[in-house]
Amino acid sequence: MSANVAAAAKAAPPPGDKSAISVRDMRKCFGDHEVLKGISLEAHKGDVISILGSSGSGKSTMLRCINLLETPDSGEVRVDGELIKMKQSRDGRQMPADIRQVERIRANLAMVFQSFNLWSHMTVLENLVAAPTHVLKRPRAECLEQAEALLKRVGIWERRNYYPPHMSGGQQQRAAIARALAMNPKVMLFDEPTSALDPELVGEVLRVMRSLAEEGRTMLVVTHEMGFARDVSSKVMFLHKGEVDSVGEPKEMFAKPPTPQFKQFIANFNK
Amino acid sequence: MEFLSDLQAQFSTAYELLAAGWGVQLLWGIGWTLAVTVVSMLIGAVLGSLVASAKLSHRGGLRFIGESYTTVFRGEPELLIIYLFYYGGTQVLTGVARSTGSIGSTDILNMPSFLGGVLAVGIISGAYQAEVFRGSFLAIHRGELEAARAYGMSAWLRFRLVIVPQVLRLAVPGLGNVWQLTIKDSALISVTGVAELMLTANKAARSTHHSLLFYTVAGILYLVMTSISTPIFEKAERYTSRSFTRPK
Repeated sequence: MSANVAAAAKAAPPPGDKSAISVRDMRKCFGDHEVLKGISLEAHKGDVISILGSSGSGKSTMLRCINLLETPDSGEVRVDGELIKMKQSRDGRQMPADIRQVERIRANLAMVFQSFNLWSHMTVLENLVAAPTHVLKRPRAECLEQAEALLKRVGIWERRNYYPPHMSGGQQQRAAIARALAMNPKVMLFDEPTSALDPELVGEVLRVMRSLAEEGRTMLVVTHEMGFARDVSSKVMFLHKGEVDSVGEPKEMFAKPPTPQFKQFIANFNK
Repeated sequence: MEFLSDLQAQFSTAYELLAAGWGVQLLWGIGWTLAVTVVSMLIGAVLGSLVASAKLSHRGGLRFIGESYTTVFRGEPELLIIYLFYYGGTQVLTGVARSTGSIGSTDILNMPSFLGGVLAVGIISGAYQAEVFRGSFLAIHRGELEAARAYGMSAWLRFRLVIVPQVLRLAVPGLGNVWQLTIKDSALISVTGVAELMLTANKAARSTHHSLLFYTVAGILYLVMTSISTPIFEKAERYTSRSFTRPK
């Protein structure tokens, strides 16, 4: 771990009122391969944190460990100050102690996936109301009204009765973002939201994400979009080989890369 | 010329026999055949989905039970299973009834023939349906299940809102196949004495000595039932896969 990170970790305030997500010393192995070697992260309300790193650096795994799509081997995750309770299973691995708690927390951490993952047997509108009505148990009429408004906002209201496979990738991803917004989430997790898109469709998705950042949403964004990281996010975190290599203000990080690894990483992108 | 008049005579005999009551009996036979098939398919659907979930389970014991079920009931002759359930069932029922004193020590409690038959055919149908359901589940896009988890859905909600509708969509063509198999298996139930189409045709052939006529008629009726079901399943397939075909 670089000196820079140790300083950042020390300087980070304890999880208080404003902490949206707090990760402490998260570790995760896949077989013999240690993907996360003790990651810590602090996201305050309104933060937009871009998580950068070359492929295999552990950035997607970290995001997936936060909402327990992957179970971290050790470490703590707090969402809105609430610790996700873990216990030891019989084979000695860590597992969630209370699946109800995990489900409740997941509903507050709406995720947007690289491959959209809209439910293909439901229309766009049904995709937006499924979780709010069944998981959050909100009245259907209210959910429908909100869903239509969200679809207008992301610009695909005319497609509300389409099935996802009938839409372009950009439209599907905007629908997926609207599905996430329909949960009124405390934090939004984006897992490489533009990586599966044709280049000409990336812009429409980034525009929506930028508008979410501007209205003060808390977002963790795993991305390869350097422009988004530099211009939109409030913080940039660079992972290298399963460790936090550097964290900082985007303008400073890009103007004066704090570590040789990060310098190399952005140099590769500017080629 | 002689051949033609002979044929004409054959036809008029056939007409007379069918009009004399065998026609109505054959229609009843169709009704029973369809009843046996539908009930067996339903029993098979329940068993098939349980067995498919056992085969997909991460618990070794459940997987073993599921594997054994499909291996045994797809590997044994259907007729053997039917005999086992009907005569074996009778033996078990009689034994239980005698030991509790509900019947005398020399009385026999028969397995009801319809029940024994549909249980046997349903269990066989379930073995084939289990394979269809398992294949369909594995064909669901993993990301959609993951999204359901990520949005806080409980196991039950994921099952109801995502797994069942998608498995049904993917399973329709395979279920069409099992339906045809089950219609044909229902003919074997004739050995238990359910007056379905096969048994009725048999009775008619034996008592009138017109085997060629009645087996041909029964054959045509089976073919009509299996071919009518094909377009019905095609229609169901078009409906359930509507989200994947381009709207017109």
